[in-house]
Amino acid sequence: MSGTFVGMPAFAAFPEAAREAVGNRTLRGNLRHATHTIRAKRARAVAEVSDWAELREAGRRIKDHTLHHLDRYLEQLEESVTRAGGTVHWAADAAEANRIVADLVTATGESEVVKVKSMATQEIGLNEALEAAGIRAYETDLAELIVQLGKDRPSHILVPAIHRNRGEIRDIFAKEMGEWGRPAPDGLTDTPAELAEAARLHLREKFLRAKVGISGANFMVAETGTLVVVESEGNGRMCLTLPETLISVVGLEKVVPTWRDLEVFLQTLPRSATAERMNPYTSMWTGTTGEDGPRTFHLVLLDNGRTDTLADQVGRQALRCIRCSACLNVCPVYERAGGHAYGSVYPGPIGAILSPQLRGTASEIDASLPYASSLCGACYDVCPVAIDIPEVLVHLRERVVEGGPAVRAGNRVLLKPAKGHAAERAAMRAARWALAHPGALRTGQRLASRTRRLHPRTLPGPGRAWSGTRDLPPVPAEPFRDWWQRTHGTDNGEGAAK
Amino acid sequence: MRVALFLTCVNDTLYPDTGRAVVKLLTRLGVDVDFPLGQTCCGQAHYNTGYRHETEPLARHFSDVFGEYEAVVTPSGSCAAMVRELYPRLGERARAEGRGQTLARTLAPVVPKTYELTEFLVDVLGVTDVGAHYPRKVTYHPTCHGLRALRLGDRPRRLLEAVKGLELVELPGAEECCGFGGTFALKNADVSAAMGADKVRAAESTGAQVLCAADNSCLMHIGGTTSRLRSGLRPVHIAEILASTEEEPAL
Ligand code: SF4
Repeated sequence: MSGTFVGMPAFAAFPEAAREAVGNRTLRGNLRHATHTIRAKRARAVAEVSDWAELREAGRRIKDHTLHHLDRYLEQLEESVTRAGGTVHWAADAAEANRIVADLVTATGESEVVKVKSMATQEIGLNEALEAAGIRAYETDLAELIVQLGKDRPSHILVPAIHRNRGEIRDIFAKEMGEWGRPAPDGLTDTPAELAEAARLHLREKFLRAKVGISGANFMVAETGTLVVVESEGNGRMCLTLPETLISVVGLEKVVPTWRDLEVFLQTLPRSATAERMNPYTSMWTGTTGEDGPRTFHLVLLDNGRTDTLADQVGRQALRCIRCSACLNVCPVYERAGGHAYGSVYPGPIGAILSPQLRGTASEIDASLPYASSLCGACYDVCPVAIDIPEVLVHLRERVVEGGPAVRAGNRVLLKPAKGHAAERAAMRAARWALAHPGALRTGQRLASRTRRLHPRTLPGPGRAWSGTRDLPPVPAEPFRDWWQRTHGTDNGEGAAK
Repeated sequence: MRVALFLTCVNDTLYPDTGRAVVKLLTRLGVDVDFPLGQTCCGQAHYNTGYRHETEPLARHFSDVFGEYEAVVTPSGSCAAMVRELYPRLGERARAEGRGQTLARTLAPVVPKTYELTEFLVDVLGVTDVGAHYPRKVTYHPTCHGLRALRLGDRPRRLLEAVKGLELVELPGAEECCGFGGTFALKNADVSAAMGADKVRAAESTGAQVLCAADNSCLMHIGGTTSRLRSGLRPVHIAEILASTEEEPAL
């Protein structure tokens, strides 16, 4: 079972998709500039906090504790939300979540909704599903708006339009805004102030008209049933307070037990994400409150592969993620390959470990994602909840090449190794055998040394991947062990070792 | 002190000069070095490519070969990290899979006594001035495993700063990965090459003659890139710099 949809059609495997991105100079320039700027700012914002290591450890522990008792906290959350006047819906997968939301909107008699930027609704492809049900969803986050107007796909968790520069954004606004509502002003330039003003005017119309708002949430507090959204622009707050009906679609791992726990993340998230000490807008809502804010509130709790992920001892730590995107900004591979190469709404290091767990490793893109990393460890270092991303990557590589036990759609299954690794597996076995037999290793070394004058400078077959861009080191006349034996005498234990 | 040199399969086969440099350096510092000929490979490539079960016999073999020594020294940050960070994890996973404690017990003795070369010099021998002479302009690339897995910190820099005649220049973006990453260099060759080229350009911008690191795997990738780009920059392992003296200079 690998039917979990993660918001984007999966295209080619990562290496092919990345090759295109590496060759795109504008894209590489845009990404390099953006990631390096935010990377430096984040480092400064984190250095300001004297107890960062403790906060990180506290965050890790809270998340692990919650995940360990997830059933209990979700039940408590449902109770609290219901008590506060909200309605809770459980969605096992994307299709079910989309159906629930579409039905709820249809029941209001509306055919338009405004949206707060949300990864969960991206993940399930909600906008497309609503479109199919005759409902138009308007993204109100500036970057999401750019992506939506440009008929594009998001390429970053926090800054979905990170791959675009100002000139490109101006062109998209000028060309597309009229199609969706208020057109861009004549003579729009690419100065940030003018672009922001154009977006503000375009969106204001939507906020004031919409009767239904759709959001995700960064956190859900089990003890009170409170949902939390943090943002920088204030658009989210408009969508959360103005409409009559509010529907929030949230991944079930977003629950935290208490307000005290929230305190930790309200410190670590903004600094990791946008290098701010505090988010400019932190909105919290608990059910419904008389005449103030939405009259009707629905919470759709989304599984979509999360309980399967939770069943994996090594991989489950990915569910700690608070979507700060610090790992993207620091990742040298993301910087060069771009967000689209990851084939899901979750790009970068977290995408490389989350998507193959939510969707399974059956498709070509999902089998290639665990290799989309040099294992440099920069992502682990910055992660505010200490997800050991390199560890999970290696664990998922094992799943790809060796198969093994996993849980899919709630059932224990024994995964077969992915196709296309047979030759590699044979080579690895052979290498392991040779390496466990020092005599065999030495024979190979001597052979390589003796034939060194015949070695080609470029390699055929799979070796071309190396020699296409890099030269090979020359093989020395004598491997070290021969030199050692020649100069230091006797065999000390070669025969004895197994 | 009975110290074993774990040279690593890459150095043994492709970079014997680094091995000779380590022997020369440690001997000069009064260390009794042995090279157990039964040694092969720590299993890092297998582990990182996803072949954990194939890694186990290699780790066991490593423990058999090196178990009896007081210390194991290796001129490779990533291989030292393999033993220190990942051998315990191999044992832990075997236990979690219901295979008991045997693997963990077999591997335990080598874990704490395996040192990367610069770590061994600074922490165990307590030296930073190893009496080296190397009159060149050098920039230092602190490889990812040295930097983030082993936390070598400024140890290599302190050693380099004490080398007579050596001018150390700062590498811009030093902490960024060079793009080697073992099989990553093959499986994602385009991204890997782009990272390597950026690293070489950053090193060239310093005006250094030599790019130095504590891991020949990364240097093989960087060196292969400089060679293809016809850059004048020379990749050199830190051991060869530290072994170089006025009487016996490194080439
Ligand atoms: S994995 Fe860690 S660093 Fe990356 S987005 Fe999630 S919380 Fe942030």
